[in-house]
Amino acid sequence: MTDAADLRRRTADLLAAHPPATTERLDFLRARFDAGLAWVHFPEGLGGLGAPRALQAVVDAELEAAGAPGNDPGRIGIGLGMAAPTLLRFGTEEQKKRFLRPLWTGEEVWCQLFSEPGAGSDLAALATRAVRDEKEGWVVDGQKVWTSSAHLARWAILIARTDPDVPKHRGMTYFVCDMTDPGVEVRPLRQITGEAEFNEVFLTGVRIPDAHRLGEVGEGWKVAQTTLMNERVAIGGIRIPREGGMIGVAATAWRERPELRTHDLHQRLLKLWVEAEVARLTGERLRQQLSKGQPGPEGSGMKLAFARLAQEISGWEVEFLAEDGLTYDDWTLRRPDGVDFTGRQAGYRYLRAKGNSIEGGTSEVLLNIVAERVLGLPPEPRTDKDVAWKDLPR
Amino acid sequence: MTTPMSAAPEPDLLYSADEEALRDAVRALLADRSDPATVLAGLESALPYDRELWRALATGIGTAGLLVPEKLGGAGASAREAAVVLEELGRSVAPAPYLTSAVIAVTALLGCDTDQTDVAGPLAALAEGRTLGVLALPLTTAPGGAGEPTVRADADGALTGRVTSVADAAAAELLLVWAQGPHGPALHAVEAPADGVRTEAVIPLDLTRPLAHLTLDGAPGRVLAAGDRARDAVERALLTGAGLLASEQLGIAEWCLAETVRHTTQRTQFGRPVGSFQALKHRMAALWLEVASARAAARNAADALAGGSPDAPLAVAVAQAYCAPVAVRAAEECIQLHGGIGMTWEHPAHLYLKRAKADQLALGAPGRHRAALAELAGLSAP
Repeated sequence: MTDAADLRRRTADLLAAHPPATTERLDFLRARFDAGLAWVHFPEGLGGLGAPRALQAVVDAELEAAGAPGNDPGRIGIGLGMAAPTLLRFGTEEQKKRFLRPLWTGEEVWCQLFSEPGAGSDLAALATRAVRDEKEGWVVDGQKVWTSSAHLARWAILIARTDPDVPKHRGMTYFVCDMTDPGVEVRPLRQITGEAEFNEVFLTGVRIPDAHRLGEVGEGWKVAQTTLMNERVAIGGIRIPREGGMIGVAATAWRERPELRTHDLHQRLLKLWVEAEVARLTGERLRQQLSKGQPGPEGSGMKLAFARLAQEISGWEVEFLAEDGLTYDDWTLRRPDGVDFTGRQAGYRYLRAKGNSIEGGTSEVLLNIVAERVLGLPPEPRTDKDVAWKDLPR
Repeated sequence: MTTPMSAAPEPDLLYSADEEALRDAVRALLADRSDPATVLAGLESALPYDRELWRALATGIGTAGLLVPEKLGGAGASAREAAVVLEELGRSVAPAPYLTSAVIAVTALLGCDTDQTDVAGPLAALAEGRTLGVLALPLTTAPGGAGEPTVRADADGALTGRVTSVADAAAAELLLVWAQGPHGPALHAVEAPADGVRTEAVIPLDLTRPLAHLTLDGAPGRVLAAGDRARDAVERALLTGAGLLASEQLGIAEWCLAETVRHTTQRTQFGRPVGSFQALKHRMAALWLEVASARAAARNAADALAGGSPDAPLAVAVAQAYCAPVAVRAAEECIQLHGGIGMTWEHPAHLYLKRAKADQLALGAPGRHRAALAELAGLSAP
């Protein structure tokens, strides 16, 4: 059994064989992957050692202390947070061998082709079609939207409709899509912040070999649940210190600008501070439950709390800043490589936070999940579950 | 002693036939010349506002002179009618300098001695929409918050100093400057552009209301009013601006609610219009109640200002404290209930969010107006 001492020894061996100071960044990352120290909870041969997930922190601390290069998770978050767990669970040995190493080192960026203009909260209604061609492959046509990193991506995880004659949840299949295929067109999608963090992706006659299918034909919804579960954990489950995240930004503004303070803003800040601290503790408690192998239902609520607080705190900050709150830094259409919810300035944070309750499952959908799966309340009557997809109103 | 509540006069909270006719004219113009798509397209142009639209609105329909008596070249209407114009400007989020020029600057001039040609001349020009004027104070200045001037006037009337975040300053041809002179604070007129007048554009959160920092370096000015008269003129201008801003906020909220209802009626997910889900329907119904309440508060402020009521400061504080957050909430709900499309630049919802958020800070944030009520309603702080 791999324990902390063993991991420290393996990390020391890696550092001795590949001193960060004299090793190319990519060479170091590949060596780290091959040593099983990329994500220790992954299996041996796939960047891990089959160790408990919590022990990753031991490796990370040793490597950070040694000044070792990282794999820039902000840039490859979709690969790490969504594609990798899905590949691990549903991929063939061949697929795992082919994709996981360059995914983790960042040599190949991944994006997610799920949402469509007509399929947002109701993702299972998606209309992108994948049709078998004569050469044991698939031809894909459709339009996807809200795709971050599509302009940087080498690969995409894609859900497409393979059988329109069965109810919507049953007729989908999950694929790995080559973003360099000539039928893939990526267009920037400008947001209310002025930048184009996301893209629209048009798929026209895109060819996908059957070897790039993940899971069985018609089981795409099941595979997608793994991806989505991991996305929500990634968004709501980041470990943060006290005053981490948006509340830290607001608290700093309060401390630095005494001339702007009022009693009203003070009381509201204190209330938000309490809520942020309690949200942090709720997340911490969830992690403690997980490490004991007892996942609690709080997880479903974490992203809800995160979105509401990010919005209220950033709105408070704009109001607190008064004249400075009336300004913006730059409306130029830019295509950033990643997103930092607490970055740039107050106006940006306020506008960007509006997306937090929409992306990765709207707050309304998440409340339904809490109501139905946590509280066990009966679902809304559904008219769309047992009807063939092609007969649904649109 | 009577309480402020029992002293409240009976306001007229409805719209007259003339006010509805004015609304129809303004709405038709804005629908024709300034629909949200047009506003969006013009956002990143170098122009601070649409001059053709302004001419049609200010001079064509004659809205610039609504607050000015006929004998001074205006239309002889009142704050009630100007409020209707602002409702429509809020609804269309049009970039027009109506609040700054036709409401705030005009009210400041009306507070000066209009028998003097130095006052009556610029007032008539503003009332006809020939000249654009602004009161040179930060947009965030609340009624009662003008404070000590940041600009100094020397004995020859030359002005030196800096005023930050002045709305519509870059386009203004007449600056009304609150300055400290040898005999105390006074309100000065400065023509722009001129030597010694510099405006430095700020990148605004709300692209439909341009802001600039104003720097005066020996700029030639004329005294319009001095002492208490000047102080009262500035105070009245800020009070009127804050009170009528509530009508703009009402217009913003109305558009956001109407657009959200329209969208959720059409957008289908899970095999039915998303507006048929109670979770969403109830939120829109709750918002409707807030919009209906905001209308009462905004009409009350406009009516009190129109009648010169002693209740006006309280009515304005109530209207701002209530309407500012309603506009913000309506715009935030509009984006959320539109889902992804509401987060896109191409959908106009963000124009309303940015205007609503900037309006929340303009002329005093809600907390500031609630603090004013502590005094006005006899509810002292602990």
